Amino acid sequence: MPALLKIEHLEVKYGDLIGVADVSLEVPKGSVVALLGSNGAGKTTTLNAIAGIVPVSKGSVVFDGSNIGGQPAYAIVRKGLALSPEGWRLFTQQSVENNLLLGATPLPDRTRIPRLLERVYAVFPRLAERRHQRAGTMSGGERQMLAVGRALMSEPQLLMLDEPSLGLAPAIVDTMYDSFAALHKEGLTILLAEQSVDLALEAADHAYVLQVGRTVLEGPAKQMADNPDVQRIYLGME
Amino acid sequence: MSLTLVQVIVSGLLLGAVYALFSSGLTLIWGMMNVVNFAHGEFVMLGMYSAVMVWTALGLGPFAAAPIAAMAIATLGVASYFLLVRHIMRGPMLAQILGTFGLALFLRYAAFWYFGANFKTLPDTLVGGSFSLLGIRFEGARVLAGVMGLAITLLLHVVLTRTAIGSRMLAVSEDATAAQLMGIRPQRMQALAWAMAGASTGIAGALIANFFYTSPTVGETLAIIAFVTVSFGGFGSVLGALVAGLIIGVVESLSAFYIGPVYKDVVVYVLFVLVLWFRPQGLMGKT
Repeated sequence: MPALLKIEHLEVKYGDLIGVADVSLEVPKGSVVALLGSNGAGKTTTLNAIAGIVPVSKGSVVFDGSNIGGQPAYAIVRKGLALSPEGWRLFTQQSVENNLLLGATPLPDRTRIPRLLERVYAVFPRLAERRHQRAGTMSGGERQMLAVGRALMSEPQLLMLDEPSLGLAPAIVDTMYDSFAALHKEGLTILLAEQSVDLALEAADHAYVLQVGRTVLEGPAKQMADNPDVQRIYLGME
Repeated sequence: MSLTLVQVIVSGLLLGAVYALFSSGLTLIWGMMNVVNFAHGEFVMLGMYSAVMVWTALGLGPFAAAPIAAMAIATLGVASYFLLVRHIMRGPMLAQILGTFGLALFLRYAAFWYFGANFKTLPDTLVGGSFSLLGIRFEGARVLAGVMGLAITLLLHVVLTRTAIGSRMLAVSEDATAAQLMGIRPQRMQALAWAMAGASTGIAGALIANFFYTSPTVGETLAIIAFVTVSFGGFGSVLGALVAGLIIGVVESLSAFYIGPVYKDVVVYVLFVLVLWFRPQGLMGKT
C-alpha cells in the first residue's frame, strides 16, 4: 500500500524547547495507525505539527505526494487532512450544528454539506439530539463526539485523533472506538494518538511508540501487544 | 402619558439608535480580537467629513454620502488593520493602546491640516427639515439617523449570529488556531471585521453630520459616548451596544427634560457607574 502520510525526521522547537526531536512514521492509505507514548512523549506536538498549528523546524511531512511541512493549518485541512485536537477546542459559544458547519468550511462543494451532516449524525446520534444546544454546555463525551464529527465534516482522507479516550467514562470510550472502527470500514485512514495502549492496539493495524520526542519502536499492532519493550517504555520501567 | 413626554422619549430613542450605530464598530472589533480601537472617534469624524465633502463637491445629501462614507471608512479600517493593528496585536496591551491612540492623533491632525479647524455644518434642509406627526415634532435628519442606526446595528447583529460568515468570525474570535483547523484564515476574518466596523462607523458619521457640527476634534466627544455605550452594553456585544445606546439616549433625553440639559450627562454617568458596579461585564457582556 502507498503511504498517504510519510514523516521523516520531524523536529519541532518551541523557542529553545524541543517539543519533538526526531519522529518518522508512515500511514498507509486505508489503515489505522496508532501513536503511543506516555504523557509528554510528543504525540500531541507531532499531530499539531502535521496539521500545521505548530511550526515544523526540521524534517519533511509528505501528504498525498506533496510536502505540507511549514504550510499554514488552513491550507493543510483543505488538502484532506483533519485533526480532532487535544482538548477538543470547540467553539463553545456556538451551537453543535454551527460547530459541524464550521468543520465543513474547507469543502469546495457546499451542496455536499447536508449529506455529510447526516452522516455525522448517523455516527453520533447524540449530536443530532443536541444540534441546537450550545457546544459549551455539553458533557465531555459529547464534546469529544463533536470534535470528531467536526473534523469529519471536511471529508478528510486522513483523520487524526488526539487522545479520544482522555477523561471519558469507559462506556463512552467503547462507543467512541466502535465509531472509529465503523469509519475505518468505510475506508477512512486514521492516525490515532493514545495513551491507553490496549485500546489503541486493538483498533490499529500498525503502531509507533514515542519516547521523549523520538520514535523508538514500531511494528504491526498485534506484535506490539505482545512486545515486552512496549510496556517497559510506557511505564518507564527499566 | 403627556404628548411632551412621548416627544422626549421618541427623541431619546432616535438619539440612542445613533449612539448604538456609532458604537457597534468599536464593540465588534473588541469582540473579534480584544483590541480597543482608540481611533474609533476619528473614524466617525472622517465619516462626517465624507458627508461634508459629498455635499460641497457634489451637492448631494446622506443617501449618496452614507454609502461613500461606508466605503471610505471601511477602506481606512482594513488599511489600519493590515498596516498597524495586525502587527501591534502581537505586542503587549500597552502597544495596542499606544498604537491605536497614535492612529487617532494622526487622523485628527491630518484632519486639521486638510480641512482646517473651522466647524462645518450641513444645511438642515438636506434631509427635509422638520415635520409633525401625531402631534410630535420630528427633525428629518435625526429620524433618518435613528432609523438607519437601528436597522444597521440589527443587521450587524444578524450577520454575526445567523450567517455562515458571522459564525466563522465568531470562531476566529473564540479560538483562532481551532478556526485554522477548519480551513478559516483568521486574518481574512479580522480584516472583514475591520471592514464591517469601518462601514457602519462611516455611515454613522455621514448621518450624524446632518445634525451635528463637524470638526477635527469632534471624534473625542463622540468616542467618549461610544466607550460608555460599549462598556454599558458589554464589550463585544453588538446587541448590548444597541440596548445600551437606546437606554442612554432615553435617559439623557428624560433627564434633560426633567432636571435640565446641563445635568443630563451627570445622570447618564451615574447610571453608567451603577451598572458597572453591579455588572462589571456590562448588560450583555461575557464574564
